Amino acid sequence: MDHLEQLENRSIHILREAYANFRQLCMLWSIGKDSTVMLWLARKAFFGHVPFPLVHIDTSFKIPEMIAYRDKLAAEWHLNLMYGQNEVALAEHRTYPDGAVDRLTCCGLLKTEALRRTLSGEGPRYRFNHATRTYERDRNTEPFTGVIVGARADEEGSRSKERYFSPRTTQSEWEVQDQPPEFWNQYKTEFAPGTHVRIHPLLDWTELNIWEYIGREQIPTVSLYYNHGDGTRYRSLGCGPCTQKVHSEARDVSEIIVELRTGKFSHIAERSGRAQDKEDGGGLESLRRDGYM
Amino acid sequence: MTKLATEERMSIVIVGHVDHGKSTIIGRLLADSHSLPDGKLEQVKELCARTAKPFEYAFLLDALRDERAQGITIDSARVFFRTARREYIVIDAPGHIEFLKNMITGASRAEAALLVIDAQEGVQENSRRHGYMLAMLGIKQCVVLINKMDLVGFDQAEYEKLVKSLTAFLAQVNITPACFIPVSGRDGDNLADASTRMPWYHGPTVLQALDTFEPEAPPVGLPFRLRVQDVYKFTGQGDDRRIVAGTIDSGQISVGDRLVFLPSGKRSSVKSIEAFNRPTQTEASAGWATGVTLTEQIYVARGELAVRESDPLPQVTTRLRVSLFWLGQRPLEMRKEYALKMGAARIPMRLESVDRVIDASTLAARPNATRVERHDVADCVLKIGKAVAFDLASDLPVTSRFVIVDEYDIRGGGIVREALPDQQGWVREKVLVRNSKWERGSIPLERRAERFNQRATLLLFTGPTETERKALAKELEGRLFAQGKVVYFLGIGSVLYGVDADIGRQRENRLEHMRRLAEVANIMLDAGMILIVTAAELTTEDLEVIRAAVEPERIETIWVGDRMTTDLECNLYVSDGEGRAEALERIETRLKDLGVVYRPW
Repeated sequence: MDHLEQLENRSIHILREAYANFRQLCMLWSIGKDSTVMLWLARKAFFGHVPFPLVHIDTSFKIPEMIAYRDKLAAEWHLNLMYGQNEVALAEHRTYPDGAVDRLTCCGLLKTEALRRTLSGEGPRYRFNHATRTYERDRNTEPFTGVIVGARADEEGSRSKERYFSPRTTQSEWEVQDQPPEFWNQYKTEFAPGTHVRIHPLLDWTELNIWEYIGREQIPTVSLYYNHGDGTRYRSLGCGPCTQKVHSEARDVSEIIVELRTGKFSHIAERSGRAQDKEDGGGLESLRRDGYM
Repeated sequence: MTKLATEERMSIVIVGHVDHGKSTIIGRLLADSHSLPDGKLEQVKELCARTAKPFEYAFLLDALRDERAQGITIDSARVFFRTARREYIVIDAPGHIEFLKNMITGASRAEAALLVIDAQEGVQENSRRHGYMLAMLGIKQCVVLINKMDLVGFDQAEYEKLVKSLTAFLAQVNITPACFIPVSGRDGDNLADASTRMPWYHGPTVLQALDTFEPEAPPVGLPFRLRVQDVYKFTGQGDDRRIVAGTIDSGQISVGDRLVFLPSGKRSSVKSIEAFNRPTQTEASAGWATGVTLTEQIYVARGELAVRESDPLPQVTTRLRVSLFWLGQRPLEMRKEYALKMGAARIPMRLESVDRVIDASTLAARPNATRVERHDVADCVLKIGKAVAFDLASDLPVTSRFVIVDEYDIRGGGIVREALPDQQGWVREKVLVRNSKWERGSIPLERRAERFNQRATLLLFTGPTETERKALAKELEGRLFAQGKVVYFLGIGSVLYGVDADIGRQRENRLEHMRRLAEVANIMLDAGMILIVTAAELTTEDLEVIRAAVEPERIETIWVGDRMTTDLECNLYVSDGEGRAEALERIETRLKDLGVVYRPW
């Protein structure tokens, strides 16, 4: 068993535990490489099926190709897909691209707040209708109690403090210093009313592992990750106005793997192209404590 | 921080008493193995200079802002460094007593451990505690670092003295370290580079010692064990597979192997090994999260242990002699209900007795304890609400492990030392034989359930002798029958004088009466029926016998009457004053909620 198989097996075990223990379970799908690998792992765990809804938080500023890719895979893989959005903030133009607020506040409104209200069911959820290929308002407003998230420990400092199953308070807050123990593949699967549990099947994966696995399994990815001739590509995907490309010649998965193996980015943070991190003092800690992915 | 590719990675944990220098050693290993990002060391040194604090290597680890304020690393944060052989993931387990749960979390993910001991202070409370827990957590590869040798003048005699006392202590907790290494975390002696100040030491440096460790191979050669996580039947896109899913803890299986599922004792054979986006396989081995389909459709559920008929069988009982550690704020006490989680099984549990509590600071036994306090290690007997299948720690450690849940969180964990006899053992043995000899008809249980539109269930009506129990039960039978259900009323008297005619009605035969009643019920349930049984004053002991012979998930208990005349806890209670119509309404709602009778669309 090689290291990718080890990672794969552990993630599958975690996904199956999540499915067995949480009735109101969903998986966050950001359309990025990590959560798409996680979605693939769910298909592995459940033998080709994905037996829970995928939730995408649509800030409306995502790069258009991401949305097209999302809807294509939803149809091909028969996914139960829904998206949520902070419609109030968008209607009132309280966003960074509108020039009304700073980046961090914008993330707080369009991502953290939208996520919190989508998970709790207070905010609208729009579900993909496979017959019409359009989205319809979902009538189910039950809160999700188990939320599968594609966070990786190596991605950024605060994420290395996560458990595989991390509790969140009724306010979606994360109490970093008071987490339950986790050992022998036994996880926190019980929770007080109003709280929920974030489940992290990818915690042990690195950026390189993700690309090696995408290559091995031939998982379809958004072409934004590749250089199309201008010597740049996205290393991490987010909203158009706040995500910068990196200089890179890598045109496909195998070239990205070579790039990572040779250490091109070894001293540059993966999320360095994500402007909001910088405003947060170089870490996602404060965003994450409030419930950010 | 992105890391380079290396073929091999190994997780290690660093444990030891607070202030014995764990973080300094990690910081130093990072710097001396050239694993720090460019400029990081200078940045931290600069920061220290600006805030007028003396620089320490431990600061390198403080990834979070508020950690620096506290001066101790808070959680099992990971740190990466490389050697010529491979990449290491260090799980930094803080020594502060408040953070023991983080240490356990970290240590359980590690393949090897470094135990750090202060050369001046010697073995302290947490050195012992952590040593004990490493052994229980199952970490076999361990190196002991005698740190702060600079404070004892790099003296060989001091070192030898400490090694001697440590060897004795570690033997007590069943740890055989690979080696002892005298080091100075502050100055880097014997970490990455051999020390010039201890010419008397000829052993490996810490990095050399780590590089001799081998990654733990999945235990393929041991008996086959798979804890059933779930049984999937996803019907989307015309899929008709029924897949028993789980991760193989040990051993291997091939298509065609005969399997036994325990504690139910059901048997079937492996028809196929299933996977998504993989070539068809006919074998699967330890470490794989897999799934199998079976030749005969049997009812198995999450929590059972699948084993190979030809392998040694595991233990099955409701009483366990265990060693455990306790992390809860409140002590582990008798007369309180907890949940025991073992693999995928989750079972109500009580503490039956405390044999001895080991004081981690001295490793002496505390006599006459009746509870287990926070951070204690203890040998206890646990009584669980229904039988579970497991192995002994001396046979197969992985399937001997359990955790204890109180309220919503894991509060402790341990390993089973011994399977103790319980009062239902004799019934369970008969049931195992019965299940292995059971002749299955051609109609699977699910098809009967579909046809009858119901889930086969045993409804046990009990309560004080003088109540309207039978009338209520018969009226329920009538109502369910009118709804088209396949339902049957059976008074215990109907069994006593027929099936039980050869045994007297004396007290000592009571449990045999229960066993026979349960065997009759088991046949009726296999026929797909909803069986309503009335019997006065059933006790917990009676129910345990019945549950040994009938799948516990298929039993519903209803107590009729205000007076509680036995120790039995039921699923539903009907009071004397409650109108019959209301009571029936409540029972029927519960049956719908449970999916015994299906709700109309």
